[in-house]
Amino acid sequence: MTPLLTVRGLTIRFGGVTALNQVDFAVQPGSITALIGPNGAGKTTVFNCVTGFYRADGGTIRLHAGQQDEEGLNLLTLLGEPVRWRDCWQPQRLAERLYYQMFGGPHLVNRAGVARTFQNIRLFNELTVMENLLVAQHTQVDAALLSGLLRSRRFLAKEEAALQRATEWLRFFALHGEANRLAGELPYGHQRRLEMARALCTNPRLLCLDEPAAGLNPNETRLLSQLILTLRDQFQVTILLIEHDMGMVMEISDHLVVLDHGEVIARGTPEEIQQNPRVLAAYLGTGAG
Amino acid sequence: MWARWWMACRVGAIALLLLAPMVGAVLSGYQIETHWQRPLWLALAVTVGTFFCSWLLQHIGWFDRFGGRAASSTPAVTIGQSGPRPLWILLAMALAIALPFVVGKYGMSVAILALIYILLGLGLNIVVGLAGLLDLGFVAFYAVGAYTYALGYHYWQLSFWLALPLGALLAGLFGMVLGFPVLRLHGDYLAIVTLGFGEIIRLVLNNWVAVTGGPNGVSVVFPTLFGLEFNRRAKQGGTPIHEFFGISYSSDHRAIFLYFLLLAVVGLLIIMVIRLKRMPIGRAWEALRENEVACRSLGIHHVTVKLSAFGLGAMVGGIGGVFFAALQGFVNPSSFTFFESAYILAIVVLGGMGSTTGVIAAAMVLTVLPELLRDFSDYRVLSVGIAMVLMMVWRPRGLRQRRRPFFALPTAAEENRAAALVPGVDGR
Ligand SMILES: Nc1ncnc2c1ncn2[C@@H]1O[C@H](COP(=O)(O)OP(=O)(O)OP(=O)(O)O)[C@@H](O)[C@H]1O
Ligand SMILES: [Mg+2]
Repeated sequence: MTPLLTVRGLTIRFGGVTALNQVDFAVQPGSITALIGPNGAGKTTVFNCVTGFYRADGGTIRLHAGQQDEEGLNLLTLLGEPVRWRDCWQPQRLAERLYYQMFGGPHLVNRAGVARTFQNIRLFNELTVMENLLVAQHTQVDAALLSGLLRSRRFLAKEEAALQRATEWLRFFALHGEANRLAGELPYGHQRRLEMARALCTNPRLLCLDEPAAGLNPNETRLLSQLILTLRDQFQVTILLIEHDMGMVMEISDHLVVLDHGEVIARGTPEEIQQNPRVLAAYLGTGAG
Repeated sequence: MWARWWMACRVGAIALLLLAPMVGAVLSGYQIETHWQRPLWLALAVTVGTFFCSWLLQHIGWFDRFGGRAASSTPAVTIGQSGPRPLWILLAMALAIALPFVVGKYGMSVAILALIYILLGLGLNIVVGLAGLLDLGFVAFYAVGAYTYALGYHYWQLSFWLALPLGALLAGLFGMVLGFPVLRLHGDYLAIVTLGFGEIIRLVLNNWVAVTGGPNGVSVVFPTLFGLEFNRRAKQGGTPIHEFFGISYSSDHRAIFLYFLLLAVVGLLIIMVIRLKRMPIGRAWEALRENEVACRSLGIHHVTVKLSAFGLGAMVGGIGGVFFAALQGFVNPSSFTFFESAYILAIVVLGGMGSTTGVIAAAMVLTVLPELLRDFSDYRVLSVGIAMVLMMVWRPRGLRQRRRPFFALPTAAEENRAAALVPGVDGR
């Protein structure tokens, strides 16, 4: 089966620091893949590269969603690769690069089917819960200025549909009682769920969750595991997960990728990873490995 | 105690730095005399005064309010379907319509000015209040609108009714032109660049004498209504309106005409702004203000969203400018100084960024009060400043609370259906 996401040779440097070095991994469609590793290993940096917030210095990130060819869609082109002199001989390529330089960015990655949450929650605090979810459907509603000002029938129908979709996700995350509260005043655990609901409102194929269980109590964590499994089984959303709660990771994920100091040190099923000496060394900090 | 003395000393040192050249060096005849004791005494007074004021404020308990408000993170925003009650809206409309028949000529000119400021306030509110882009050069778009009409008439006999859309479009274009280079800027940097932009426009208008007439300005003709003029005798090739209706000439007609036209425009704009807030683009503006990174992760292109805010805000400013030119009958660059930008910004801030009713109220207060207090006109700017400081202390969110739209969720029958879909979620 072709993977949904293939990352090959991903490298990124910040000044002199090589934060990621030749990272390779793949995410199978319909799987829950977990990215684990000690603090500062570069997990969030991988997310930022995949979702287009950082521009990788090397490597490819391919997404096989929709009806692309064998190759899939290279997400890095969406960010606007630097224009080079030799592009002048290939007008089409030059035009493409110029276009993405001007209009490219993380938003195109999202529209290609990748949604994410953030390690430090980023909600629209002064908007209501419902508005947060409506903002996420910006590309699905009728955003034209005139049809909105004149309240055209198409506009109203699309707004209604957006409201419906948002309500469904709110119910899914048991937040429907709080639809008209400000996002900023929700309890922490609810904010985490709201951020997931908001990401799902963009209809992603791949959902990237950055430490969704951080700061949750054991009950909430158990609920979260269940929600993530339901998402995969009933909504066909593939999940890429960063998590420090090993109990949860080992319980729900199908495949694990272990990062340490910006390099992949192990890949495999939860059982394999649990027995891997390099992983144990990395986590316990012994010099072996 | 020591912390407070330390703070007071720092304030005193700043005062000394500022005051030394101001009071220390006195020009007497052609000589500069130095008086070193004066700034020292003043700085000492500032230091002691700061200490006592801060002590007093804390012991009276006012200081807590200051700190308490700033620290509390829970936003004071109400959520509700309705804005002001329909009764209030009707009352306001009735008052607005009756106004020309109550107040005199002078009152009318104040009312028209107030309407123009409402227009400008609502325009800037889109940029600052909704999209959160601090724009200190808003007056530039006001100037573009005014000069579109003035120069358009001067060179091509452009009529008011054509200048209105053209001024709006041109100002919107300028808004986007400004928007492009500042896309990556936030907060203070954005404020400085927009400030510079406003000054550039004014300086160009001032110095390009061959085209704009420079400081001498350009005179503007009063608009006509379906070819009917508001002059005693026909000058613009139409019929004077009083002859057409067979009434006697009165110079009040002009003011009444302009007033009602502006009232209609402001009314339309209010409806637009209210709708914008519940439209994708308005929501995207506010989302961008709240968190740009999250916006981009949700497929929203921040460039188009920012540019649309700049463009639409500028368009409204341009319309305000065209009306201003028509009202004054003459424009020159001195009407478009930074002070004007700051004044419009004060309206938005006092009104409570983002609140439509608040901005309208603030615009009225800030135009009508100075007129009522003409005798104290020297203190106009000072009182605006004091009002701003007091607002920041007691109502940092403006005169009126911001209101968020309420959404009624679909019915409970569907709720059951959805709950059946997801087992175990409701077991909280
Ligand atoms: N924008 C940046 N500029 C400079 N260095 C960065 C930047 N982003 C990440 N880094 C560096 O990259 C390394 C990896 O950071 P990253 O946030 O990806 O770790 P992480 O695995 O997510 O850790 P944690 O579990 O604590 O979230 C760190 O050393 C960090 O300092
Ligand atoms: Mg991280």
